Amino acid sequence: MIKDMINFLLVGVGGQGTLLASDVLVNVGLVAGYQAKQAEVHGMSQRGGSVTSHVRWGRVVYSPLVGAGEVDVMLAFEKAEALRNLRNLRPGGLALVNLETIEPITVTSGGQIYPDDERLRKAFAQVTGQAVYINGGGIAGKLGNFRVANVVLLGALSALMENRQIAGKNLNADTWLSVISERVPPKYLQLNQKAFQVGRQAVNGGEADTVE
Amino acid sequence: MIKLLSGNEAVARGAWEAGVTVASAYPGTPSTEILENFACFPNVYAEWAPNEKVAMDVAIGAAYDGVRAFAAMKHVGLNVAADSLMYASMTGIEGGLVIVSADDPAMHSSQNEQDNRNLAKFARIPCLEPSDSQEAKDMTVAAFDLGERFDTPVMLRLTTRICHSSTPVEVGERLEANPAGNGHPAKKFPRNPAKYVMVPGNAIQRHPVVEERIRQVAEIAETFPYNRIEPGSASLGIITAGVTYQYAKEVFSQAAILRLGMTWPLPVRLIHQFAKSVERLVVIEELDPFIEDAVRLMGIAVEGKRIFPITGEFDPRLVRECAIQAGLLPESAHIALPEVEIGELPARPPVLCPGCPHRSTFYILNKLKVPVNGDIGCYTLGLVAPLSAIHTCGCMGAGIGVAHGAIKAGSPERHVAVIGDSTFFHTGIPALINVVYNQSPVIIVIMDNRITAMTGHQDNPGTGRTLQGQKTVEIEIEPLVRALGVKHVKTVEAFQVKEIEATLKDYLKLAEPAVLITREPCALLPEGRKRWMPLEVISDKCNGCSLCFRIGCPAILKSDELDERYQRPKALIDAGMCTGCEICAQICPRQAITFRVTGEQ
Repeated sequence: MIKDMINFLLVGVGGQGTLLASDVLVNVGLVAGYQAKQAEVHGMSQRGGSVTSHVRWGRVVYSPLVGAGEVDVMLAFEKAEALRNLRNLRPGGLALVNLETIEPITVTSGGQIYPDDERLRKAFAQVTGQAVYINGGGIAGKLGNFRVANVVLLGALSALMENRQIAGKNLNADTWLSVISERVPPKYLQLNQKAFQVGRQAVNGGEADTVE
Repeated sequence: MIKLLSGNEAVARGAWEAGVTVASAYPGTPSTEILENFACFPNVYAEWAPNEKVAMDVAIGAAYDGVRAFAAMKHVGLNVAADSLMYASMTGIEGGLVIVSADDPAMHSSQNEQDNRNLAKFARIPCLEPSDSQEAKDMTVAAFDLGERFDTPVMLRLTTRICHSSTPVEVGERLEANPAGNGHPAKKFPRNPAKYVMVPGNAIQRHPVVEERIRQVAEIAETFPYNRIEPGSASLGIITAGVTYQYAKEVFSQAAILRLGMTWPLPVRLIHQFAKSVERLVVIEELDPFIEDAVRLMGIAVEGKRIFPITGEFDPRLVRECAIQAGLLPESAHIALPEVEIGELPARPPVLCPGCPHRSTFYILNKLKVPVNGDIGCYTLGLVAPLSAIHTCGCMGAGIGVAHGAIKAGSPERHVAVIGDSTFFHTGIPALINVVYNQSPVIIVIMDNRITAMTGHQDNPGTGRTLQGQKTVEIEIEPLVRALGVKHVKTVEAFQVKEIEATLKDYLKLAEPAVLITREPCALLPEGRKRWMPLEVISDKCNGCSLCFRIGCPAILKSDELDERYQRPKALIDAGMCTGCEICAQICPRQAITFRVTGEQ
């Protein structure tokens, strides 16, 4: 069953693979039979800036941008960026938060304070009962490459969306995998497939949510 | 075939399908990917020009020669190219000429948010505005057809949200302008001075032609297929264009909509007809009240900027909330934001990357406490604390002239101007000539990181490669500067902190123009990445003096470990971020920073 509209927001820090993930997501939507649009919001090309990407699946999609408070699914690659964008989430919306800390320079050599995990969880709990936490970097590290954390997160997201019946039944792991496979270099195909599966298992095996 | 394309990719595709054979541009966000994508199509010529004016002249020359051509630039680039835009409007063209202007509402990466529809009107040329990628492609083709029919350049006006959004596009085939296959028409380059030589005698003849031409286009606008009325309730009529059309469609399910694909000249009769059919008429447009003012001049009661902001970028939420405020939508349309206590979050400002070759120069300039006139590029980030070493920055090529002017005004300080390699080629050279010709002791630092970095690594006249990947002459900056008559010129490796400091101190003693070229590839270039090798802090040697924090490197962190004597945090280097540029190692007074010794090797 096709839903009228599913709004995604991906947030992270430059270099985390956010844009590849949003490219995968918008194309998964198309393959699943939705109209889909994607909008990147990023500034300059330096390493380490905030990156956000809007993805929308729907019967008809007009605006490529999602309005604040209308995000159904948030995929956060980094904790401070997760909090920074929390007000965009619809109350009760799904949030998958990667427990990754990337301290900005205002913390490392300025006097500002990076939010701790307790503050993160408390804030999300005020907006939704559907916040799921995962240590994507740790899981990717076990596979031998931190860079596939983004695909681990996609795997976890695919399982969460399936379990919670967010996007209809015709969307399964194979759809995601075929879209991912078209977008990674052949050399890293196996690694990415593995990362996706491990991400799914983290959700289905209960590792996500509890990972600290 | 349906493909998901960004607006920029779609314009490139449209240009290719329209049979364009020549395109020229200078990179600038959000327009850069247009030429990058166009350059990859077969049977086309695409180039990076040193600046937008040159790009425009190149496209005009190709259009005079009878082929279809375009120039692409960001909104402020069109200021640089405005002189050429104005004469091209006067002469008209042989083959189609499209000027792609990528405007940047909200200034995601620009110094202003000027609305370039004004420049289309100013130049008396048609302005087309697509609302998604499909239209970006289709209207690119339509722009060439329109321009050739009326002998006029056409502006295709995009905004960041169109450029950088990906939406589905049904792609088509290439129209070969000439069945012979090479895209070049059989006719000779025109010998038609009455049309193409704009001396006053000819220009006087051309101006009425231009005015008549835009009147004729206005007539066509009445039936232009991308101008259309979408019927709805008679109580509210919305006129909109570009991406705001999408927001209007999303937010107003009942209203009648007049969607304008051509925003200059406007279809006067169509607008009157639409206005008569609705009780309340509202224009939704980002930036200037461009359509609104024109509609009001038609004697029609209309609202616009009274309801929606004149600054920044719109989104569905902003449109909805403004509409509720103005009574266009009921209170019940309001979407509440979640109530949540988030607390203060650390800002994540853009900063120079770890390993950036610009860092050393700004560290020294900060130390020397001189006024620094900056320019447009990554190095504008020398502004950010703790480097805090940029005091003015206006536009491409401005810094050298501003420094010269301040000195001629009697500023008793020695002024420095910093400018990147690509920006120097863009508009820095004439400013340097001025400094030499009119003699002021400006110290100019040309920060040569071997690439146009901020827009994402485009080649430039100094890199020895063209946009389409050919090897070419590598224009050397030092001999060029010497040839301009600068007596004091030195090239230094950008990571040599002490040599940069010594050179700048020497220059400060002079009363003549002096140029320092700091040279090192951008750390993110393949040749820059090759040398990445992380450093580490030898904890026993570090006493937490914090000097290394003053270079503002994201790879240098405060350790949890405190120095015993002073109780201050020691430094710690993030091995995943550090590239081993050794700027910190050179300034550490205790030699506590060295290359990491890896146990496994």
